[in-house]
Parts: sequence; structure tokens; C-alpha cells
Amino acid sequence: MEFKEKLLSSHLAFEEDLDLNDSVHKTRASALKVFEDKGFPSKKEEAWKYTSLEALIQKDYALFPKSDSSIEVNDVKKYFLYDTDTYKVIFIDGVYSPFLSNTTHDGLDVCLMSAALSKPKYRKLIDTYFNKIAPEDDSMTALNTSYAKEGAYIYIPKSVVAEKPIEIIHFSSGNENALWLQPRNLIVVDENSQAQIIERHQSLKEHPVVTNCVTEIYVHQNAFLDYYKLQNDLPSASLIDGTFIVQEKNSHASVHTFSLGGKLIRNNLRYFHKGENVMSTLKGVTILHKKQHVDHATLVHHSQPNCESHQDYKGIFGERSEGVFNGQILVDKIAQKTNAFQQNNNILLDDKATVNTKPQLEIFADDVKCSHGCTIGQLDEEALFYLRSRGIPKKEAKALLTYAFANNVLESVQLPSLKKRINGQIAKKLGVNLGFDL
Amino acid sequence: MLTIENLHAEVDGKAILKGIDLDVKAGEIHAIMGPNGSGKSTLSSLIAGNEDYEVTKGEMLLKGKNLAELDAEERAHEGIFLSFQYPVEIPGVSVTNFIKTAINANRKAQGLEDMPASELLKKIREKAKLLDIDSKFLSRSLNEGFSGGEKKRNEIFQMAMLEPSLSILDETDSGLDIDALKIVANGVNKLKSKNNATIVITHYQRLLDYIVPDFVHVLFDGKIVKSGTKELAHELEAKGYDWIKELASHGI
Repeated sequence: MEFKEKLLSSHLAFEEDLDLNDSVHKTRASALKVFEDKGFPSKKEEAWKYTSLEALIQKDYALFPKSDSSIEVNDVKKYFLYDTDTYKVIFIDGVYSPFLSNTTHDGLDVCLMSAALSKPKYRKLIDTYFNKIAPEDDSMTALNTSYAKEGAYIYIPKSVVAEKPIEIIHFSSGNENALWLQPRNLIVVDENSQAQIIERHQSLKEHPVVTNCVTEIYVHQNAFLDYYKLQNDLPSASLIDGTFIVQEKNSHASVHTFSLGGKLIRNNLRYFHKGENVMSTLKGVTILHKKQHVDHATLVHHSQPNCESHQDYKGIFGERSEGVFNGQILVDKIAQKTNAFQQNNNILLDDKATVNTKPQLEIFADDVKCSHGCTIGQLDEEALFYLRSRGIPKKEAKALLTYAFANNVLESVQLPSLKKRINGQIAKKLGVNLGFDL
Repeated sequence: MLTIENLHAEVDGKAILKGIDLDVKAGEIHAIMGPNGSGKSTLSSLIAGNEDYEVTKGEMLLKGKNLAELDAEERAHEGIFLSFQYPVEIPGVSVTNFIKTAINANRKAQGLEDMPASELLKKIREKAKLLDIDSKFLSRSLNEGFSGGEKKRNEIFQMAMLEPSLSILDETDSGLDIDALKIVANGVNKLKSKNNATIVITHYQRLLDYIVPDFVHVLFDGKIVKSGTKELAHELEAKGYDWIKELASHGI
């Protein structure tokens, strides 16, 4: 049986213990219909021209893994920001782990999507926010929606600053031969509130796992959301991510994506503006080797006047790795005084590495400042010689230049312990023992 | 210190150096002068280990070691320092962290532990003062947006920090106003000892008023066509390079 058929036929079993009379069921059912009609995206579609899921979907993935409680804190501690006190919403093979988590309802909600979707007290919020911005016609998003049940639910009420960062971590244990996960997160940062969130997907053993994740984010008036995606998974793990953000006036939403490991990663990151004076920040560092593949597809839809967006993605590609950047900026006629900037700079370390980068600006307003720039190059030989002439060995000199290349993205990471962690991961990725703290 | 014998070199198949002989002893300052395109910068790049140039004949020995067998970083570990004519801008790496990385890389090559932070800071403060460098400057990205004078001062600052045995100053005076020139020259003079040697590469005599050479060599068309003492520099200043070209064309 094809995997698509399995997804369709397993849906009955999935909904067996769910309430079929509520609106969420209807949402799931119509999403399943979209997936049934469209199927998995193919390379014929413009948006998937450079990223093929064909090989991934040949496997027979388990959809309902057995829950696993054998994982100890010590097995997974290294994936936490252990030197910082955080709220944690932790899942193992898609199942919530109360033992590893640290949730709260004290002044803010850091808890579970399954609870939010099923308990009456969340009904109003779910009706307001659930599946309101996730694009209905996108087949991978629709697939996620049709199986939406578990994930993180975060609600920061008005005028609350979440005093601890929130970690959302999805582990896969490796107990299943092959595993397909579909986490669904909902994050609402209400007026005048602030939150910092770190999301990661991590396999504990090498085994085929595909995570088709969707996160909907609402950032209300004067609110600030600082979001970090750490993508440093094992070479057997793939991630298809859809993150959709709505911003109201005077809000700032910032997403940093660090793609350092994994087999195939597709990041669909879309911003929608619902008020003036919005600031949207999208930054990323991608460092790949072997045959890894990362595709960043961004969209910033400027539909209000006086808003700003800043995109800065750096990519470093070694061996046979492949990078894709497709950055779309839409500026509606009404969105005068828009400032929209986009940068995508890439370095190819080896002949076999490839990058496809495509800025896509569609501007219908006439009083705007928009710019984009993409570059693909190599490490500067002259700079390399300069460093080596000071006694810095070639490998370290290359690492230093690579690091420096990505530095302006790292600089804007607000959490010191996270910055230190990413620095360490980058040094490891570059195969050097340099205490980067430039 | 440095012995160069019958050095021939080319870049992209074009001969640039056509038989250089040079002997630099510890404690000496040598000036290499010559018109543009005579091969001065090629020579300095070659000594420092730039792989863009290919040695086709002859050899270079540093304290008896054949430089052909050493990479650029290994030459630095052996005590060679090149002050670049055009220092490279490296955004994202601060001057301080760059110098820390360089010093510790050199120490590692010598089998030493990293320099303790306190010692490093003390040394940075001391050498920055010598070159009249502001501490704010040290936290800026390496050479990024530096003025010509700042770049050159930063080069000599690195030299002061790394304490090389052979320093090559490639057109260090270009882009410097007279005040900056004095600061740089003063720095170089203070760093001079009987154990190290300096090669000053320059187009103009001006710098040699402040860094007084023991020997002056004139490079033309890939060969040293004349050597002498500091008076030769004055002669060049007065007469220009035409008479040298004349000398060379007569095969002298």
C-alpha cells in the first residue's frame, strides 16, 4: 500500500477516541479531503521544484507508535538548555512526556494541544485561533491538520512577560523502524506580552523519521515573540515544517532558524500583517555536509502600511549538500511606507555542493523601500591567506571565516545560553575546537 | 636569518621574479625599493607563503630551514610576519579575538598552553598604547571600515603582539599621513632588537627617514639591480627610478 493510502485509511482509527461532533473534527475531515485530492507535493509544483519528497514517502512509517516511558532525563538532558530554567513541553514519539516536561497554568498556559482541543474551557480560544492561518490549500499543512491532535499549546495572556524561555522538544526514540510524526503547535501572545520559545526535533537513535510539523502563531498588539528553531537532528531524520505567523499592530515577531543537521528539511515560514508598525524578523544559519538538504521557503505578506521586515539567511554548504532559498515578499497596494529587506548569502565549500536561491518580490505599493540580495561564493582566499600568515592553521582559519560569515545572524540571538550552545554546535560542525565568542 | 638564493617565481605562467639574492642577518633592517610592478609585493608574498605564486627556481632559507616545505601558517610559527599592503577586512571577527586566536595558534605550534587571559589583556594594553590604539578599536571587526592609517597601525599592532623574528613591511607607508607614519615607525623601531630582522618594502624614501635601514636594495624587473646603504635611498629620491631602468637596460 502506498503511504498516502495508509494515511487516508488510518484516519478512522486516528479519530476513534476523539469527539466527532465538534468543529475540530470537521476541520480535520475537510483537511483530509484536501490531502486526498492533492497528495504529496511533487517537483512539478513551483514551490517544491528543488525539494523532492519522493524518496521519503517510499517507506512504511508507523503512525501510532507505542508510548515509551523508558527514557531517562539523563538520556536527553543534553538537548535541553540545562543551564537555564525553562518551561518544557516534551514529547516522545509524539506522546506527551509529563515526566520530562515542566508545564504551567500559573499566569500563562504552557501545556498540551490535546488538552486545548478537547477541554471546554479552551473552546473559545480554539475556535478563535485553531487552523485560522494555516493555508488550507497546502497539502502538507492539510495533512498535518487532518491528524492534528498533539503538540504544544502556549497562551500568554495580556501584559504578561513569560519570565522563563519555553522549550518545545519532540524526541523520537527509535523504537519504531520508521516513524511519521505530525505535531501541531498553537502559540498566542496576547497584547503587551512577551515570550521566548525554542523548538527542536531530535532523534535519539538513527532511524528513519519524518516530522510534518505545523505551528500557528498569533502575536497581538505591542507583543514580542522571539522564536528559535534548532534543527540539528541525526542524518536519518527529516522535517517538513510550516510556521505561520499573524502579527497585529506594533508587534515584533522574530524567528531564527539554525539548520545544522538532518536528512531533509523544508521550512515554510510565513508572516501576515494585520496592523501597522509591525516588525518581522527572519534569520537563519544553515551549515550542511554530506548529502543533507535544506529548503527555506519564506513569505512576508505586507498588507498594512508602515511595517518592516528583515530577512537574513546565511548558508554554508560542504560535500554534496544542497540548499534552497525561496524568499517571497508581497507588498499590497495599501501597504505604503513598507520597509522590506532580504539577504541570502551562501558559501560553497566543495564543488559538488549546490544552492538554488530565488528572491521573489511582488510590490504593488509605490512608496516603499524594498531590497534583496543573494550571493553564492566561496571562502575568500585572500582572507584565508591573511589568517594563515598570522599562524592560524588552514582548518581553523576556514572555520573562523565561516563562523564570521554567519556571525551577524548569531549576534541577534537574545538568549546567552542558547547562543553559547549554537556556537558550540557550529564549532563542532566545522570540526574545530575554537571557543567562538567573537 | 633569511637567505634567498637565485629566486625565480611566476604567477599564472608569467615570470615575476628573475633571480633574487638576498641575505638578511639578525639585527638588520633591509629596505627594498623599486618602481611599481618590479616584483616587490610578489617577493613579500612569497616569503610569507602565498600559494598564488610559484617558485620555479632557487630557494629561501629561514634560519637554515627551507621555506618551500612550509605552509603559510608554519612560516608564521617559525617567526615570519608580513604586514600587508592591503590588509583584508574580516567582518564578524574582532581585533581582540583575532589576535587571541593567532597568539594561541602560535603557542600551540610551540607546544605551549593558551596564553592566560590576564596576561593576554596586559600585553594587548601595552602594545595598543605603543601604537596609540584606542581600546574601542580593539572590539571592532578586523579591518572592517578602518581608515588606511588604522589598518596599518593594526598590522604593526599584530606584529607587536606576535613578536616575529622576521618582519616584512609591505608598503606600510602607503595611505599614512605624517602623524600616523611617525607612530607606525616609532612602533617598528621600538620592536627592533638584535635578535630580529626587518625588511621594509617601499616605493618612496619617506618612510626610511623614520625607519633607518642598514641596507637598501633596488628591485627592477624581477631582479635586484643595485644594493647599497641608506644613501642609495636618498639618491633614488633625488633622481627617480629612470636611471635604474637605464642601468638595467644595459645589463648592469
